[in-house]
Amino acid sequence: MNLPGSGIIKGMAVTALNMIGSYFDRAHAKRLTTEQYPEERPTLVETSRSFPFLVFDGDPEAGIRCVACKICEKECPPQCIYIVQDKDANGKAIRRPRVFDIDISVCMGCQICVEVCPFESIRMDNIYEVSSYNRFAPLVLHKEQLLKSNAYYNQIHPTEAAETDARIEAARIKKAAAAKATAEKVAAAKAAAAKAAEEKAAAEKAAPEKPSQPEQNA
Amino acid sequence: MSFQPHTTSLSKANGAGASTLDVSLGPQHPSTHGVFRMNVRMDGETIVKLQPVFGYLHRNHEKLAEKNSWLGSMPYTDRLDYICPITNNWAYAVAVEKLAGIEVPERAEYIRVIVGELTRIQNHTAFLGFILGDMGAWGSALMYAFREREKILDLFEWLTGARMMVNYMRFGGVRCDLPVGWLEKARAYVETYPAFLDEMEQLLTGNEILLARLQGVGVLSGERAINGGLSGPVLRASGVDYDIRKVDGYGVYPRLNFRIPRGTVGDCFDRFMLRILEIRESIKILQQAFAQIPEGPTLNPAVKQRGFKPPAGEAYGRIEGPKGELGFHLISEGGEKPYRYHVRPPSLINLTLLEEMCLGTKIADVMVILGSIDIVLGEVDR
Repeated sequence: MNLPGSGIIKGMAVTALNMIGSYFDRAHAKRLTTEQYPEERPTLVETSRSFPFLVFDGDPEAGIRCVACKICEKECPPQCIYIVQDKDANGKAIRRPRVFDIDISVCMGCQICVEVCPFESIRMDNIYEVSSYNRFAPLVLHKEQLLKSNAYYNQIHPTEAAETDARIEAARIKKAAAAKATAEKVAAAKAAAAKAAEEKAAAEKAAPEKPSQPEQNA
Repeated sequence: MSFQPHTTSLSKANGAGASTLDVSLGPQHPSTHGVFRMNVRMDGETIVKLQPVFGYLHRNHEKLAEKNSWLGSMPYTDRLDYICPITNNWAYAVAVEKLAGIEVPERAEYIRVIVGELTRIQNHTAFLGFILGDMGAWGSALMYAFREREKILDLFEWLTGARMMVNYMRFGGVRCDLPVGWLEKARAYVETYPAFLDEMEQLLTGNEILLARLQGVGVLSGERAINGGLSGPVLRASGVDYDIRKVDGYGVYPRLNFRIPRGTVGDCFDRFMLRILEIRESIKILQQAFAQIPEGPTLNPAVKQRGFKPPAGEAYGRIEGPKGELGFHLISEGGEKPYRYHVRPPSLINLTLLEEMCLGTKIADVMVILGSIDIVLGEVDR
């Protein structure tokens, strides 16, 4: 039979132990302390994600990976992406976006655009200080703000970026090999055609010329 | 009961000489777990009528899903029961897999069980803190519970990239494999968990005030719970042995050895203790899953996630979420979008018997009873 109030005293003992223990690093319980943000910044885990950005290689204009295929625009669940394809002087469409906007006040950071992109061009950033005094304009990121280098991508998500780079490299090698094979095939075909033509010519030379049919019903 | 805030304060209309008072509890009340309102008619301090009012957090979830692609609904399910997003993902994935007849690789099933049981632990841990808050014990219990929950959320962040809005499951598996070292860290964490639970029990379960507030309050019989269609811990606390992990045996649960705790009285104390016992069973499940998890692929390569088109048909997939039976009823016409998408949220259906549990109790007990059901308004209103 417990004394009345003993349960409360037991509970109090637990709180007291926790309070005293919070001044010492106990072996079995690592202390959790408040991070003094913004002086202290949290170290983000590698997989951490917030909003999408566009990857470019080398030059931001020429090296943009996006080809304005609009798959991400179609698949985005809250529909926060807006893309307009670029056109050259003759009005012919180029595989490059002229406008690429992401409304990060709508974006929910679900990463579906990254998963559906066949060109490895859209990836997740880990920025988190994007608040502003205006509700509209500063929260729509344009192409210039979204473009970030592959080096930056390698810096924030090293493992994932290395995998992507390997995939792109493999695709490039495969493409080069295919191109080489095609070139060889074309060259071989050409050579064969030339040879055939030569043989034909030789055969024609060797054969006696047929006398032309006299035009009887002239 | 019609509620007119300006005209009904003290009315003598109900019964001879009886004076009742109509009070609106919520929607912005710290103990209502979100924007939930209860119109309560009291005789003195005793409840004579209670009418729940919800819909403040309605977000058109089901209609949005009918406008989105099949994959596009997956991140929205995170936002149903935002305390435990992974089990929501899981229920939707199970429903779609049933609809399209998709096989899931073994490793993916084990990962699902591991993250699902971690979700159950963190949901019930948060519950232990919340219900103490409902009883007025703001502070210690809530802080201890959230300290532990934070460690599980850190594991989720490492795995999926987000603490809560995980978007982790895919049709036929999970999005990414476990990172290197994740399993070891999760195992080490689960080892330390029973010590925390013992501490929590020492802090709470013997406490006379807590016993006085919970025992015999909001009693619900097993028959009534079944009639009301309740599920999850609330149903099992009333003594009904019904757990979908055992009934359906989905995933790899049939290979794991665990028991289903049950209550005897069906009061708030049973519901409180049942959660503690469920956490202990979840730890057992986790330890077995850590030992058994095989190597292999984590996503069925035959399934095309983008432009996913299941065959025309109808399926109801369900799992045992931390709050009860979470089901998705999907109708497909063979297109890129669901024709009909219906959610069976455990929180909403567990609320149906709230009035019955509250009648005859005091106003202060209403908060405890509501807390013991463990609702999340994201799921109730959808």
